[in-house]
Amino acid sequence: MSTAVDREAGVSIGRRTVLKSAGALTGLVLYLRAAGTLAAEEPRKYGADAMPGGTVDDPLVFVSLQEDGRLTVTVHRPEMGQGIRTSLAMVIADELEADWARVRVTQAPADEDRYGSQNTDGSRSMRHFFAPMRRVGAAARAMLETAAALRWKVPVSEVAARNHEVVHLKSDRRLAFGVLAKDAAQLPVPARGEVRLKDPQAFRYIGRSDMQLVDGADIVEGRAQYGIDVRLDGMLYASIARPPVTGGKVAKYDGSAALRVPGVVKVVLLQSTALPAAFNPLGGVAVVATNTWAANQGRAALQIEWDDGVNETYESERYRKTLETAARAPAKAVRNDGDALGALAKSKRRVEAEYYLPHLAHATMEPPAAVARASGGKCEAWACVQAPQATRELIAEHLGLKPEDVTVHITLLGGGFGRKSKPDYVAEAALLSREMAGKPVKVTWTREDDLRHDYYHTVSVEHLEAALDASGKPTAWLHRTTAPTIGATFSLEANSQSPEEFGQSAIGLPFAIANFRLEVAEADAHTRIGWFRSVSNIPHAFAVQCFVAELAAAAGRDPKDYLLELIGPARRVDPRKLSDEWNYDESPQRYPVDAGRFRNVIEVVAGKAGWGRRLPQGRGLGIAAAYSFMTYAAAVVEVVVEKGVLSIPRVDIAIDCGPQINPDRIRSQVEGACIMGVSLATSG
Amino acid sequence: MAHTLDVNGRSMSFDVPDQMPLLWALRDIGGLTGTKFGCGMGLCGACTVLIDGQAARSCITPVSAVTGRRITTIEGVGADETGNVVQKAWRELNVPQCGYCQPGQIMTATALLHSNTKPTDADIDAAMAGNICRCGTYPRIRAAIKRAADSARGEK
Repeated sequence: MSTAVDREAGVSIGRRTVLKSAGALTGLVLYLRAAGTLAAEEPRKYGADAMPGGTVDDPLVFVSLQEDGRLTVTVHRPEMGQGIRTSLAMVIADELEADWARVRVTQAPADEDRYGSQNTDGSRSMRHFFAPMRRVGAAARAMLETAAALRWKVPVSEVAARNHEVVHLKSDRRLAFGVLAKDAAQLPVPARGEVRLKDPQAFRYIGRSDMQLVDGADIVEGRAQYGIDVRLDGMLYASIARPPVTGGKVAKYDGSAALRVPGVVKVVLLQSTALPAAFNPLGGVAVVATNTWAANQGRAALQIEWDDGVNETYESERYRKTLETAARAPAKAVRNDGDALGALAKSKRRVEAEYYLPHLAHATMEPPAAVARASGGKCEAWACVQAPQATRELIAEHLGLKPEDVTVHITLLGGGFGRKSKPDYVAEAALLSREMAGKPVKVTWTREDDLRHDYYHTVSVEHLEAALDASGKPTAWLHRTTAPTIGATFSLEANSQSPEEFGQSAIGLPFAIANFRLEVAEADAHTRIGWFRSVSNIPHAFAVQCFVAELAAAAGRDPKDYLLELIGPARRVDPRKLSDEWNYDESPQRYPVDAGRFRNVIEVVAGKAGWGRRLPQGRGLGIAAAYSFMTYAAAVVEVVVEKGVLSIPRVDIAIDCGPQINPDRIRSQVEGACIMGVSLATSG
Repeated sequence: MAHTLDVNGRSMSFDVPDQMPLLWALRDIGGLTGTKFGCGMGLCGACTVLIDGQAARSCITPVSAVTGRRITTIEGVGADETGNVVQKAWRELNVPQCGYCQPGQIMTATALLHSNTKPTDADIDAAMAGNICRCGTYPRIRAAIKRAADSARGEK
């Protein structure tokens, strides 16, 4: 998602400003790279081709085969619980006809020139890399088959790779993969067009539900290494007091008491960078010590006066009123089919609702943490980051190095959810290592740091109005969405949601309503706003689906039937016809809005949940559906309200995410997302 | 001051202040990073270890309070018969997502099964309530505990 939104930030601040400030802002460096692919006459690129780094499908980059048969697959996308280290390895191993028991996985360092896009967000890893990784496996398989055919002096059509061996089909002679490794490595890599993919019927691992996680044993035995776990010889530990307000800085400080804490080595003032915050570290005062506890104790002993800066008065309750005021006044229309305002003005039956969704903190179980060693004009970092290349560029920028002088090793992430797309904490470690004359430094955020200094999910007020005809059908729909934009984290001038944000469950609804208007109101950001899991789908889909249920109630109709009627018959709609030019940066031909798939998840979930069953007093069922990041999802939630207390005994979910590579990980994501969603909806 | 601790059956010496939480002694001094930091206040369970077989929050347990007591961490719990079946069940059901909280979950689950060989859903929920998982693996945690309990009792 960063590219897309950065691009928006770039557009809104103008090219000259971009060029002037590009050196100081990693987000905009990414923008320039992306913009390079968007020159005026070039056709627009979609999917992985629209991402900086694109895709790489060279087997020599991703596959390493030892003579003893051990096969090492390099996974270039960070693992944060989505199972990608297992799933991408399954794809390669399957096409390669490898024996899963002999497959090991290694994690690629940050290097998009070598590996292709590593920016792990936007539900893109499998969407963008299923096909390239199939080609990687298939090309490697072809090289092994060719090596065997050459050795046997038989046509390659007579041999086939099977489960870590190549078999000569006529004679049943066999050569183990490891025996062929050296020969195969000397052969040319087949051209992309010549790579023969397997018939999906012959898949060994893809689509299987019983695949064990490649990191399962390490995790349950305590060996798995997260960013917070990295240990280097002579390493120091830092705890940082950061400005409590975004845009603030240290006015003055006294570190003498901190220095008296046993184990504290140094107190370091970290400069705060001017807004916009981008991925820059926040600055503050760091306490560097021989262990984490001493660093935290020292930090507690710091005396600091802060200059809170321009966001000093930002306060959630007051800001809510600001958003509500904006949400109730006319704003810029970004989709306007028919004449919704006219139809609403004339309507005898109007329904109106407003939904407020607060800021959310990612609260990954592993707080931001990183280790860096910066010396001799180089920097090496170990970090739990979703955006490896951006991390590399950010460190380079802050240390005045070239990106190629920066190495970033990617550890496991103890949760990501979009927080770890922003590598501010890794730059902190790099700056502190330089400050400590090149000794490695680990920065660990406390839980309070994490919650106070997050790149919060935006806060929003979603205002909806509809006109109903005599039969209860909506004749007009007005949605005014009001939320500070992620773009504001990268540009001071960005003050309303971008197409990437209102493109999520607000603009592209395929509803059968003649008069449909989406307005986007302005809202200034006063804190760091960032991507959070399904991002803008959270407020938009929540509001839209609640409102559809309100309309159904007003019409005296069943909410499932009403929702299906709104979606209309199975058909494919070009998102551009719904005023959605963005379409998650995917091709509108390949990814149209598919009303049939949308309907299907609703019908499936309603059937499985026993929609319409009679429930005792105090119990109820709700239904909702959303199309988010190319996946169709629908849920039926059973709720109980007893003595004013809400509980949720059962949730049914149906999702259609396209091809299923690792069904167990799809299921686990849905289980977990359901729990996180309930947690967000009920507790914030 | 030097503190000699029994960690996973091994005697380890920690030259740290009395008040240093066991968590940081284990991780930063002892190099046992399997025990995780989550909140530092005993609220999330990521730092759970066993002290004389009982689940305890190492982030709020000073080193001086555990000298002479038997400490088991995730790195050593596999040597315990119950801990071993819990780990096995966790793997079989692919419980982890990001995996970060799972060492703490496994330690608490092991302590539960030490005291209750056939826990009900309610027993599991009560015992595990202090262990937070942001990925939301709770349904699988519950299933894995039941599987481990069955397996420990010999009901495959």
